[in-house]
Amino acid sequence: MITRRNALILGAGGLLAGCDRFTDDPWLLSAEDAHRFLQRSVTGRAAKAREFRADQRSPFFRTNGTANPNTPEYNALAAGRFADWRLKVDGLVARPLSLSLAQLQSMPQRAQITRHDCVEGWSAIGKWQGPLLGTVLDLAGLRDTARYLVFHCADLLGGRPYYESIDLVDAFHPQTLLAWALNDRYLSVGHGAPVRLRVERQLGYKHAKYVMRIEAVASLAGIGGGKGGFWEDIAGYEWYAGI
Amino acid sequence: MADEAESAKPHFLYRHRLVTRLWHWINALTVFVMIGSGLMIFNAHPRLYWGQYGANYDHAWLELPRFPGWATIPSHYSLSGARHWHLFFALVLAFGLLLYMALSLLNRHFARDLGIRRAELAPRHLWADFKAHLALRFHDPANPRAYNIFQKLSYAGVVFVLIPLLILSGLALSPNMGAAWPWLTEVFGGRQSARSVHFIAMALITLFTLVHLTLVILAGAFNEVRSMITGWWRVPPEPESAGEAA
Repeated sequence: MITRRNALILGAGGLLAGCDRFTDDPWLLSAEDAHRFLQRSVTGRAAKAREFRADQRSPFFRTNGTANPNTPEYNALAAGRFADWRLKVDGLVARPLSLSLAQLQSMPQRAQITRHDCVEGWSAIGKWQGPLLGTVLDLAGLRDTARYLVFHCADLLGGRPYYESIDLVDAFHPQTLLAWALNDRYLSVGHGAPVRLRVERQLGYKHAKYVMRIEAVASLAGIGGGKGGFWEDIAGYEWYAGI
Repeated sequence: MADEAESAKPHFLYRHRLVTRLWHWINALTVFVMIGSGLMIFNAHPRLYWGQYGANYDHAWLELPRFPGWATIPSHYSLSGARHWHLFFALVLAFGLLLYMALSLLNRHFARDLGIRRAELAPRHLWADFKAHLALRFHDPANPRAYNIFQKLSYAGVVFVLIPLLILSGLALSPNMGAAWPWLTEVFGGRQSARSVHFIAMALITLFTLVHLTLVILAGAFNEVRSMITGWWRVPPEPESAGEAA
């Protein structure tokens, strides 16, 4: 009996190790599209993530990913309290923009207390504030050919620039913000100062920090590694991070 | 006696229909992959919380060391790789269960084999069946095809409670589903509670699997596995006296 049990354990271990070689197979990766299709099918375009009361916030909102871009360019901007920072909006737009932080703050604002869900499994609740991304995009005037918005960031990870992308469903969602404040304070450097994306129906790595430029594109193919984001390119994380 | 010669001949019963057998093996593979990849996902943040939020500075009710490579899929640390496995087989688990349930209602597998009669839940009956288990007697000689009450309870518990709970608590972790079906996350008392429930349900189905495999071995691994492959189950011959089995 003991040998049989050991054989079972060894067999199970061998089976598990045998799984490794399928990990990046296309049939396994096809589940991402299936989940996106199924989830979008049961989700209203404007269905909102839950919003919480102020007393339901996390006592401490941890940071993740880059703690500080620490490039000379970024350090110079941070030293000037981002007075010289400009958000570029370009690509497939009628009117390319270059917006200061003050200009973003003078637009209609939205504040929302939402839950941030990291792909690792933890969650934190905080209050985010900023203009809707949709307001900025309407100002720039998206061309009909634009399908995705690419967020180019100031931070480098392992020497590669961070970037992320979302489609128009999420870009014009009523909770998708260019947030400059967390819990009624300017974003700290750790949380992505001066501006980070909030795209509340997706996991944390989609919420690009240190946003420098928003590019409207027809396809993600020519950008970075072509998979639509830093983690998507280097580690095979799903572009659709709704689950 | 003539009866003895009769009972010495192997007697086979058609015990498991095709739908049951197919689902059993697909589900066995699926549960195996879901546990392995789930443990790897857990390794990315091996702490569990109750409530809506929970991260490193919050109180964790459970904190475990990382599961070793022999228990995880993939065997090396890869959260994204584990998610590929987990999200693919999540679909197999959910739609497989749905299809199996629909077909098992149609072919009356649920009604005929898993239906629990009130008398079976009487303490005296439970105690008698428990003693029979200790004596390694797992079926009623008068009706060998029927599941015993512990089989019925555990199979029904897995099919109707545990696997649905795993699917729903897993879906409740999705930030998009939180927007689509807000009640789902709230049923569990928040996303971090749902994650804890998901983990506990995984532990229970692991326990079920271990007990199940042990009982398969005790009941005669060859006969039991053959019946789940071909459908045909050999009715074990009655022991001469109860003393022999003990």
